[in-house]
Formats: sequence, structure tokens, C-alpha cells
Amino acid sequence: MAQLPDNPDALYGDVIMEHYRSPRHRRRLERPDAEAEEFNPFCGDRANLQLQLAEATSKDAVIAGVSAVAEGCSIIQASASLLADGVHGRTVDEASDLSQLFRDLMQGKPLPPVALEELGELSALEVVRQYPVRIKCALLPWVALEEGLRRLR
Amino acid sequence: MTTAINTPGAPGRDGSGQAHGLDVIDPHRIRQDFPILHQEVNGKPLVYLDNAATTQKPQSVIDAISNYYLHNNANVHRGVHTLSQRATDDYEAGREAVRRFINAPDANEVIYVRGTTEGLNLVASSYGRKYFKAGDEVIITGMEHHSNIVPWQILGKEIGIRLRVVPFNDDGELLMDEYEAMLNDRTRMVSVVHQSNALGTVNPIPEMVELAHAHGIPVMVDAAQSIPHMPVDVQALGADFLTFSGHKMYGPTGIGALWGRAELLDDMPPYQSGGEMIRSVTFEETIYNTLPHKFEAGTPDIAGAIGLGAAVEYLESIGMERIAAYEQALLRYGTERLDGIEGVRMIGTAEEKGGVLSFYMEAAHPHDIGTILDSEGIAVRTGHHCAQPVMARYGIPATVRASLAFYNTTDDIDALVKAIDRVIEVFG
Ligand SMILES: Cc1ncc(COP(=O)(O)O)c(C=O)c1O
Repeated sequence: MAQLPDNPDALYGDVIMEHYRSPRHRRRLERPDAEAEEFNPFCGDRANLQLQLAEATSKDAVIAGVSAVAEGCSIIQASASLLADGVHGRTVDEASDLSQLFRDLMQGKPLPPVALEELGELSALEVVRQYPVRIKCALLPWVALEEGLRRLR
Repeated sequence: MTTAINTPGAPGRDGSGQAHGLDVIDPHRIRQDFPILHQEVNGKPLVYLDNAATTQKPQSVIDAISNYYLHNNANVHRGVHTLSQRATDDYEAGREAVRRFINAPDANEVIYVRGTTEGLNLVASSYGRKYFKAGDEVIITGMEHHSNIVPWQILGKEIGIRLRVVPFNDDGELLMDEYEAMLNDRTRMVSVVHQSNALGTVNPIPEMVELAHAHGIPVMVDAAQSIPHMPVDVQALGADFLTFSGHKMYGPTGIGALWGRAELLDDMPPYQSGGEMIRSVTFEETIYNTLPHKFEAGTPDIAGAIGLGAAVEYLESIGMERIAAYEQALLRYGTERLDGIEGVRMIGTAEEKGGVLSFYMEAAHPHDIGTILDSEGIAVRTGHHCAQPVMARYGIPATVRASLAFYNTTDDIDALVKAIDRVIEVFG
């Protein structure tokens, strides 16, 4: 895949392009415990998220099933795919923390030292900050996540 | 990976390096009039191809506005002092310039509004509320901007009118037979876009007016995209109302005009109320002012009106016929260049079309294309262009739209083509 050669901050790096071309966790869940959808009326982008807990009653149950389907540009699709990878196996509270961390990353807030490790591949989306009009593309699936987590509580 | 550069022997040019019609204007001379064009964006010379969203302003418009604030600022139609007189004269001179530009019979038929959106809302609200009843119909087309859909829909909910929508073919041309069949005794208004912002299609207004008038139905024309690019003569079109925005015709934002036949406007109730629009007020009764003031409640955008007048004068100094001929030549050039790129699907291929190059690529979402183009200094619009029904018609979420003005050059088109090749490199 070609890079933008004379633009070192190019948006379209390997991680983003890989998750855009082969998004993970797109398969719909049969019995989600929560579902949430967000829509951007200005550009028509859409993100739909389904979440399923290992044991639906326990507070410490981990998210054992996640389905993320985004329609729109490469950034929203990559973000949804990375989100699904990121929250899979975390508890509701941990997923909430991750979401906050990701927002802080996108808003350029100072991050605790462990943050990059926590974020893992998600930190590849930091480059989007250099394209301010695209930040909302990256955040849209996370708005859906937060709504989904609220419904799980 | 496929690359689809088709630079050699770029089409549309003859031996002298000029496509037919491209020599009617010297864009390099024109560009001297537009200070904003001479800058770099992301390290590249700015290529401004978002003229359907808003156009850039010539120095003469900028000067007219600053001259007003520097020397003549006062309220209009209110004071006897000298500044107020000057401001009023210049404000009304703008109205007369607009009248002349659209060949309206009388300057009192020209009402200043905020723009096309307000012009459409004014007619829907004032004319519609007075004359429409439950069961009546309003005809629009499938290629309207949201501003010519929603005001009628709101009336529809309120009064119970029905919206009828004229469909169009794959090229983006209205199905005139269907239009003709829709006209009936219940039709109270035809409101139609002159040139589509999403497709570029120029609709056959005189023919549509003739058919509507045969049933005694008035016609409203959204001229937002036509008036900057071709001669628009309200009498030749035969329309009853016509509206447009200053900012799309090289004038300032916040101002536009609604023209309507005096006999219709006279019988319509005011749209907003307050100062300026009244002749006398007691607590029992208000007598409305005459046209155009009846529809201009409150202190207007005086600087905007003066700037609009200056924009009209600037366009007249070049000539709308020449502007149209040049932009048509540039459109032909751009269409041939984009048609030559594999993977680019043009949206809007009507026979009668203005300078709009709207396209879609399977390989990349319009946002991603827009970002790559921006990194090359090229400004285009990506999205649904406030015409979601048009996108739905073609089964796509959005398009990339390059829209032309007479300060654009074949070099601008070449830069666009080169940047699209870059998109194919990244996403292809
Ligand atoms: C065809 C058409 N109609 C109406 C409008 C609305 O114009 P404004 O936003 O200036 O009121 C536009 C602007 O995009 C347009 O292109």
C-alpha cells in the first residue's frame, strides 16, 4: 500500500488502513445485551454497536461478545474495528475507562504513563488529531459505545 | 495497483492550448481581482473548487463593504442626517442593481433577504399560509436543496398539503411527462431549482412555467446556483418568484434577494414584523408599509446589500454571457479529464448542465478523498450537499463535488486530476 510520500503525518498509516480494509467484529450478535447506534446527520456516517456480557447479571462480567458495524469513511470504520478489539474481554467499567482514555487522546489531553499500553493499537488513531474535521469521524463509534455501556448498567 | 493518469494530450485543447470557448475570458487577469486566491494551503497553491458552496469575493466587493463602514455607516430610511442619506442611497442602489441584473420590471419587487433559504421560507410561509388549504398540492423536483423541501413539508404538516416530487433520469434530467401529469386543479405552486447544486442540471424553467401557467399555477425558482453562472432574466423565464444568495455570486454572506411579481407580493401578508415594515402603528391596528419594505422588518444587512450591489456591478463588467461560455468550456474540459480516470463515476450528466463535477469512487469514501485533496491544497465539497434525496436516488451516501467559477483554470482541473490519482495510489 502506498503512503503519502511527502507527508510524514499522513492519515493513512498501516494500522488504520488494515482495520479499514478488514474490519474486525462485524458479525451481528444473536442475543446482544445492549445495542446502540449513532448517526452524523452532516455526512451520513453511521455506527452501530452490539454488546454481550459473559454473565448478564454480574457486575464484574466481561464483554464477551461485541459487534461493531460502521458505514462511512476509513476513519470511522477503522475506529469501530479498533474499538471492538479494544473492549472485547473488558468489564463494563474497564470499557468505560478505555473510552475516556480514547477521548482524552483525541482531544490532546495529557495521558497517564500507562495510557499508551492500555490503548494499544488504538493509539494509531492519534494521527487523526492533525485533521480536526475528521476527529468526529473517529469518535462516533465511541459515542455509541458509551450509550451501549449505559444500557448495560 | 492501478494508476490512471491520462496527462498526455490532455483532451479539450486544440493546438493553441485552448479548448473551444476557454479564450473568452483570461482567468489570470480575473484572478488579480480576488486577493484570497493568492495563497498556499498545506504548502500547495490554493485550488478553490468549492464555488457551489460559496464563491470568493473580488476586491471591489470587499472595498464597497469597508467603504460603507469607514465612511457612511448609519441606519437606513430613518434619519434626515447626511450619513443616513448616503447609507440609504447606497442600500437602494444595490436593489436597483439587482433589479437590472435580473431584468425585473420594478425595483420594489426586489426584497432583500438573508439568502435563498429565507427567500423560499418567506414565500412558503406568507403565500402558502394565505392561499393553501388541506388537500392542495405543491410540486417540487427530486433534485431540490433541503431548503426547497423542508418549508413545504412543514406547511404540509400544518395545513395538510401534499408534496409531489418530479423524478429525474439517471443523467439527472427531469421527467417532463411526469411533471406535466402532476399538474392538476389541486396544484397551488410549483417550486423548482434552476440549477441543481448536487448534479449541475439546468432545468427547463420556461417550459415548466408555461405548463404551470396553463393551469394558472404560480412558479417559484431557486436560482441560488444559476444566477452566478448564467444570464438570469425573470421576464424571459416567466417565473412568479425567484430567489438567490449573495454569497454564491461573489457577494457577501447574510444577504440575498427575493423577486416576486408585485401583484402577488402586494396581497401577501408580512413574513416578519417590527420596524420598517409598518406605515403606522397604534395598539389597535397596524397599517403595513408598501413593497418592498413590508417584507423587510427590522434593520437590514446594509453592508451586505451594498456588497451585493458591488458584486452585481462586478459581474456586469465581465458579462454573464462570457462567464457562462467560459465555464461551459471549463466544464467540458473537466468532464473529459475526469471521465478518463478509471474508478471515477460522474453523478449528474445532464445535457444542460452548469459547472459542477460531482463524482463517486468505489475505492474511497468521499471524506477520505476530500482529506487527500485538501492536503494538495484543493478545496472541494464532500457530502450530501443538502440534497439527501439525490444521493438516495443514486444509492450512494455522498459525493465529491468540484464546482467551477470563472477564476478557475485548466490548471486547477489538472491539479484535481493529479490529486485523484493520489487517492487511487493510497486506496486503489
Ligand atoms: C440550489 C440551492 N438552493 C438553496 C441553497 C441555500 O442557500 P443559502 O444557504 O445561501 O440560503 C443552496 C446553497 O447551498 C443551493 O445550492
